Amino acid sequence: MAERTGPLAGIRVADFTWAWAGPQGSLLLSMLGAEVVKIESQARLDHARVHSLTAGSLDCGIDESPIFNDLNLGKRSVTLNLRKPEARDLVRQLVAKSDVALQNMRPGVLDRLDLGYEDLREARPDLIMLSSSAVGATGPERSYAGYAPTFACLSGIADISGHPDEPPNPLSGSVDLRVGTAAAFAVLAALIHRRRTGEGQHIDLSSTEVMSAMMGEAFVGYGLTGRVPQRIGNRDTAMAPHGCYRCRAEGEWVSIAVASDREWQSLRSVVADPDLDHEDFATEASRRAHQERLDAIVERWTSGRTPAEAVDALQNAGVAAGIVHSGLSLSRDPHVLARDLFDTVEHPMLGETRVLRPPWRMEGAKVSGPAPTLGQHNEYVLKEILGLEASEIEALVASEVVY
Amino acid sequence: MSASESRVTDSPTRRGALTGLSVLELGEMVAAPYCAKLLGDLGADVLKVESPGAGDPARLRGPFPDDRPHPERSALFLYLNTSKRSITLDLESENGRSIFERLLEGIDVLVEDRAPGALADLGLGYDALAARNPGLIVTSITPFGQTGPNRLHRSQHLNLYHSAGHTSPFGAPSSVAGRAPSKAGSYLGEYDAGLTAGLGTLAAVLGRELTGRGQHLDVSKQEAMMCLERVTIGRYANEPDPFGGRPPGGLVRAKDGYFIVTTLEPHQWEGMLDTMGRPAWAEAEWCRDPAERRERGEEVNRRIGEWAAGLTRDEIYHRAQANGTPVAPVRSVADVMEWGQTRDREFFRELDHPEVGRHIQPTAPYRFSETPWVGGAPPLLGEHNRAVYVEELGYSERDLARLSDAGII
Repeated sequence: MAERTGPLAGIRVADFTWAWAGPQGSLLLSMLGAEVVKIESQARLDHARVHSLTAGSLDCGIDESPIFNDLNLGKRSVTLNLRKPEARDLVRQLVAKSDVALQNMRPGVLDRLDLGYEDLREARPDLIMLSSSAVGATGPERSYAGYAPTFACLSGIADISGHPDEPPNPLSGSVDLRVGTAAAFAVLAALIHRRRTGEGQHIDLSSTEVMSAMMGEAFVGYGLTGRVPQRIGNRDTAMAPHGCYRCRAEGEWVSIAVASDREWQSLRSVVADPDLDHEDFATEASRRAHQERLDAIVERWTSGRTPAEAVDALQNAGVAAGIVHSGLSLSRDPHVLARDLFDTVEHPMLGETRVLRPPWRMEGAKVSGPAPTLGQHNEYVLKEILGLEASEIEALVASEVVY
Repeated sequence: MSASESRVTDSPTRRGALTGLSVLELGEMVAAPYCAKLLGDLGADVLKVESPGAGDPARLRGPFPDDRPHPERSALFLYLNTSKRSITLDLESENGRSIFERLLEGIDVLVEDRAPGALADLGLGYDALAARNPGLIVTSITPFGQTGPNRLHRSQHLNLYHSAGHTSPFGAPSSVAGRAPSKAGSYLGEYDAGLTAGLGTLAAVLGRELTGRGQHLDVSKQEAMMCLERVTIGRYANEPDPFGGRPPGGLVRAKDGYFIVTTLEPHQWEGMLDTMGRPAWAEAEWCRDPAERRERGEEVNRRIGEWAAGLTRDEIYHRAQANGTPVAPVRSVADVMEWGQTRDREFFRELDHPEVGRHIQPTAPYRFSETPWVGGAPPLLGEHNRAVYVEELGYSERDLARLSDAGII
């Protein structure tokens, strides 16, 4: 195996995670140079290999899932059937040679397999282990299960997202990826602590709390005012105009936000519609009070233009405006292409596949390869890391320990 | 607990995971301040540099108690600036810039959100700073990154959120035909950028031990958000119409509000049927097939809704979860604060503050077994000018008054 480079070079991660949130955490560590060994099994397939919450059944083989590929780039895969005691012994040996263990099974599941933090730290006293769950590993509801929409609903973010006259918005699978990002952040903080003190530790991560923390001012605000925040769609509590405006083609929009009187004057000069001179629009407060009328006037202007034309004109005048992008339009956007956000990996089943690069431009962060096929690195892990003989490995395969 | 007692730097016994890391923040509003807050709440020493006069514009955003704007009472500022010290400094002045360079001596991390090139124009670009302090890590957070045709575009959270592809195809575009999709609530995309930048910053801290050098991180908020949709945006980069199917059913209404049912595994659907008392409609052939159930998600949800109409969200939540089915009520901000789970975990804690007094703050989503969350009260504007300029940099009281009169601090 090629030597890893990057800021986390030399760090090995024993990765018990599955689905989306957990694998996003180890994906980020992998992009930063850690060696991630994914522990999986035919007996308990990572469901991202077979289906998707949003897109349904993927109708593909277990090594052909593009979603699995996107979330497991550059990792190693070893198949160990944790129902077998011998497999659990091998896992403990792997953890002994790892710095970090990540898991997102329900609280208690790994403990019942004697693979909880207390068990694993016997194998590796300075281990950093992160357990990610729906609502945390403590508290009356610790055994409850969840996916991205569950976390969005429980955390408060769904209730304040969306148009005020529509149901709350539970967002998308991106919620899971936020959870994984917070997990990776916590692990690196623990690694820094370990470098300084030699001390490992266990981290209990609540997926729901990740989302609550990402809207924290709403809680502080409620505490200070007693007023419960509501859905306001694309509007703002201070700025107007502030919204998405129809462009020339069906389904195309431009977002516009005017944050100051100076920007308002700029917008007026660009749109050049005498109706904007009305005294009802003279101050931010009055613009907000009359924003439906104001929006209609602005939309008269945008509806004759493409999003890019509207953005160019407004940005040139110093007004915050942007294209309302879909996944498709982003994949063709000149700025995204100029920044070279898409990388290409050669996947053994999918062939050449475009994937997103790491979310930072920094030295040593990169996509180091495609996701592994199931058990692709069995020999590497069992022979090179754990030092088993070929005959021993054959026996483990025959007894479905390696499975 | 008084403000000073709760402050990290005053409590040497409470060591967080990042105690010993020194951070200078030149940030406003949400993303950069959130990045630095995440570090400070785990023990890093964060010094926030604000412009003299108004300070961070988040101080003017609110919400405010009694709706009365006050720079020390903005909920947005209070949340995003825990565990920091605040000084004021005018970087537009030459004197201010040389003070800034002195402040950076011995600092591990600079988190900044000026427009691309703005610090370089002041002679404070990465190359100049690294020449003096090669170990320095500079984390630059901007809407569209340091390069590319849109690098100087202005962007509010609205523009950012809609620039990143989060509303198509599954991020619940509007349910009303012909209406624009809605952004998420709060400043979610800005928080995304702050968290992503925090992670990259810690990686650079670890990487510095291997290379002996710091580095410059270019964090584009748009890319931070896009990477959270890598699973969908990545598909569009390979084929124009990758998602034929329709999104799953969405929310269902109970007696007292909405809840969501997510049944990805067969046993989760079975658990939902047990919760509902095995209704006859679910015995129909189409309803036993996960793909067809998905295709007719609205009908399934209508049926579940008929059953749910007489029950509360929490009754449904606890019963279904007892059967292993991921069900969740849509909780309001008030609900979350009163929820037994967050109370039992002490997710919310009180901090004290000279202007708003004891007030509730969310802590962090991670509990470290050995290193506590050490969040301390947010600072008043320039609260630490004397401590930093006089006690640390050695200016006299008279210098301090002179710098203040000149508008430099």
